[in-house]
Amino acid sequence: MSNMDEVGFDSSAAVDGGESFEAVVVGGGPGGAAAAAVLAENGVETLVLERGVEAGSKNVSGGLLYAEESAPYTLDGLFPGFRDEATERPVTRNYMDNLADGKVHTVDLGGVHHHDTEWCDSVLRRPMDSWVAERVHERTVEAGGGLLTGVRVNGLLREGGEIVGVTCDELDPIRADLIVAADGVNSELARDAGLMDWDEPEEWFQGVKAVVDVPPEEVNDRFGIDDDEGVARLFAGDLFEGVRGGGFLYTNRDSLSIGTVFHLDSLAAERAEPQELLDALLTHPHLGQWLPDEYDEYDEREYSAKLVPDSKKVAHPSPHEGRLLLVGDAAGQMQAQGPIIKGMNHAVSAGGLAAEAYIEARNRRQPESAGERYERRLHDSGLYGKLRPRRYEALGRFGEREVVADAVDDLAGSRLGRLGVRIAGGVVERAFNSPFLLGALPDTRTAYATVPRVLAEELGEPVRGDNDADPPSLEERIGDLTYDTDVGNPHIELMDNSFEASGTAVTACPVSAEGFGGGCYREETVRANGDEERVVSLDTQPCVECGTCAVVADTEWTHPRGGKGVDFRQG
Amino acid sequence: MHTVVMTKGVPDFREGKVAFDEDGHLERGNTPTVMNPNDEHALRAALQTRVRHGGRVSVMSMGPPGYEDVLQEAMESVYADDCYLVSDKQFAAADTWATAITLATAIEHLGEPDLVFAGFKTADGETGHTGPQTCWGLDIPIVTHVVALDIDPEERTLRAKRLVEGDIEEIETVETSLPAFVVADPEFEPSYRTARHRLERKRLREEARERAADIDEHVTYWDHEELNLDPDYVGLDGSPTIVSSVDPIPRAPAEREATEVDPTDPEALGEVVEELTPHAGGD
Ligand SMILES: Cc1cc2nc3c(=O)[nH]c(=O)nc-3n(C[C@H](O)[C@H](O)[C@H](O)COP(=O)(O)OP(=O)(O)OC[C@H]3O[C@@H](n4cnc5c(N)ncnc54)[C@H](O)[C@@H]3O)c2cc1C
Ligand code: SF4
Repeated sequence: MSNMDEVGFDSSAAVDGGESFEAVVVGGGPGGAAAAAVLAENGVETLVLERGVEAGSKNVSGGLLYAEESAPYTLDGLFPGFRDEATERPVTRNYMDNLADGKVHTVDLGGVHHHDTEWCDSVLRRPMDSWVAERVHERTVEAGGGLLTGVRVNGLLREGGEIVGVTCDELDPIRADLIVAADGVNSELARDAGLMDWDEPEEWFQGVKAVVDVPPEEVNDRFGIDDDEGVARLFAGDLFEGVRGGGFLYTNRDSLSIGTVFHLDSLAAERAEPQELLDALLTHPHLGQWLPDEYDEYDEREYSAKLVPDSKKVAHPSPHEGRLLLVGDAAGQMQAQGPIIKGMNHAVSAGGLAAEAYIEARNRRQPESAGERYERRLHDSGLYGKLRPRRYEALGRFGEREVVADAVDDLAGSRLGRLGVRIAGGVVERAFNSPFLLGALPDTRTAYATVPRVLAEELGEPVRGDNDADPPSLEERIGDLTYDTDVGNPHIELMDNSFEASGTAVTACPVSAEGFGGGCYREETVRANGDEERVVSLDTQPCVECGTCAVVADTEWTHPRGGKGVDFRQG
Repeated sequence: MHTVVMTKGVPDFREGKVAFDEDGHLERGNTPTVMNPNDEHALRAALQTRVRHGGRVSVMSMGPPGYEDVLQEAMESVYADDCYLVSDKQFAAADTWATAITLATAIEHLGEPDLVFAGFKTADGETGHTGPQTCWGLDIPIVTHVVALDIDPEERTLRAKRLVEGDIEEIETVETSLPAFVVADPEFEPSYRTARHRLERKRLREEARERAADIDEHVTYWDHEELNLDPDYVGLDGSPTIVSSVDPIPRAPAEREATEVDPTDPEALGEVVEELTPHAGGD
């Protein structure tokens, strides 16, 4: 029966005008978990709401979790036993492979990797987040709250224009003195508050990833490591058709995380297919040495995708309004330090700082000052400086201007540039290992494609070996994912289906492709009154909720209702 | 608040699970026993009550020993605190009347519960009598076909929305005092619209999982002596129902006549419409 809701009795909370908790944390990722843990430890009655069937079931990361020496909070600091129980392998070796023209030039990235790093582990988000969430639940229960999954917060509860709580699909409105929006990259709360928008493709990266099954002893064998060691390799050069971005490979206990991260504007402009670029990496001869060969077949556990904010451009300097504090990706706090991606660790720090700020504000009986205090802490702790380095504002942005970018690119690719590379190979390696320089690096072809290409061509060794990996087709990848479909409740609405407005979604959507009928977006030709029109049509069922089309197409985009939609098992 | 839920084990009627003998009679020994599907709604109603108002939930069943699977399932779905299995050779072959007398006695033996829940009907007998007859034995008010519940523990009242004549289009709201007997309709949908209720349900689930793992420790067995029941008034001897004959369950017709229709042929479709028109009134 469809109108059963009307049949039931109003719950008492609705009659009394809503229930309340001292704090509501939206999102059970690292940012939300850290905020909730610190709040609960200080006796704040905290409710955590997570939309996935389980924490982590909606989350994807490449998979390197950094604990920085300078960080105010880390996950093992907050949750004893974390590294033993919830991570894959400590990453002890870091390299960057520049590939071009059948050659490879490898740079040791140990310098930048170890800089300010207390430890760095590879992680898979479903197991990690769900382990953390259990601990968060235990702690928040003790403080009078708890963690609920399967609940999507769909907006802010306002009274007289002021934010006083949240509204949800599955629950009656909830009031709170503190609302922490830790709802990730496509934060509906940040948008509702008018603090963040998703308008500009150049402010985002899109990541696509495959988790490939490999038995633990094979991982050790192929990478020459022990159980308590791990490897991270980054890839750049000519394998991505000039799209700005790169690839990564991280060793897990008994699998490999292999993926690509591209600037969304570049992906959109080139009309590149993310899954094809991923395949270009997976099938590159250089990767054959690590992937299962013809004897033990290539088996992909999971294909996934997500958007990542570029903190250099979007980290909000003042991520709060009234009782609402934004942390982590919701505030754009995802740092791409050159090829190294740090988002989870910063979300943890920000979550802890937001909680601290509220506790202090409350203790001083000025709860309304929590936002200001949080902002000050972000800046004083040095976190904001990492997210939006001043030197990038000065140098990087300048370098991105088209004329400058082209000139630099031409120079790097010129004979003079090549000569420079040959003479100064060691300098280039040092440059890659300089956090200072990486922070100022402009986001141009030069950094992502030209320099790596020149390095490989001028200094590289020939790539040896074969690659027998046979990645699944897009159709198979979609078919292998688990969905709780929500027929009749589309979470994406196409506002303008003309090809001009929304056509980019056909290629940029990681589960759609030109000429493929089984994804979310399809290109169609409609004939009417003798006219032909190219339009885009949408079917949200295979959606992996990456958020890409919210930026590149004209859509009304929200997350699916709690527990509905894709259910990642690895992440 | 003490709530009792009545549940019954029935043969698993899902395809491929039921065994019949040559005469088409059910072979109980070879058919697995599962919880009566309609009891699920009673269990859900009891759980909603427990989540909202706290207290204790007991599951009660009458049946042979070896019903633990059914009780375990009930315990896991209603997060019950304890289970009572009314079990005795003397109770065998009871009709709904004798069953109701036995169950009513057992429920009274528990103390005086505030609420008793029963499912609409069983998947085997399908009479729908046992619940109301048990209620008659207990001499408390009954509300049947309940689709939504609201309890006021202080006032000791219960408001219920119920289907009138089992029709979802027609719903009435009734009020009665506690203790009361509730027969949940299959349309009963529990509602958990507050975070605190969901958190409580989660807490209860975690506790119940642990209990259900050691189900034996939480089951109490009662026989006719414990319940002080006269064997003449229970089981077959206490059953006034006379079974005149038993019809074998009709098998699905092996072959039905079917005419294939070309969906693109308007004439053929017209014939289909003509065939169907006389039934359009719901005949
Ligand atoms: C391909 C890829 C590679 C990456 N690589 C790395 C890496 O190697 N290292 C690194 O540190 N970072 C990496 N990141 C970034 C990292 O994943 C994020 O920065 C980090 O997860 C942000 O944490 P968060 O807590 O802010 O948000 P999230 O981890 O995204 O958590 C948000 C949570 O909120 C929930 N949620 C969202 N909306 C709602 C709602 N309305 N109601 C209720 N719940 C909601 C979500 O289900 C989710 O659980 C990568 C990201 C991608 C996509
Ligand atoms: S439909 Fe949109 S959100 Fe879903 S996978 Fe495609 S691009 Fe991502």
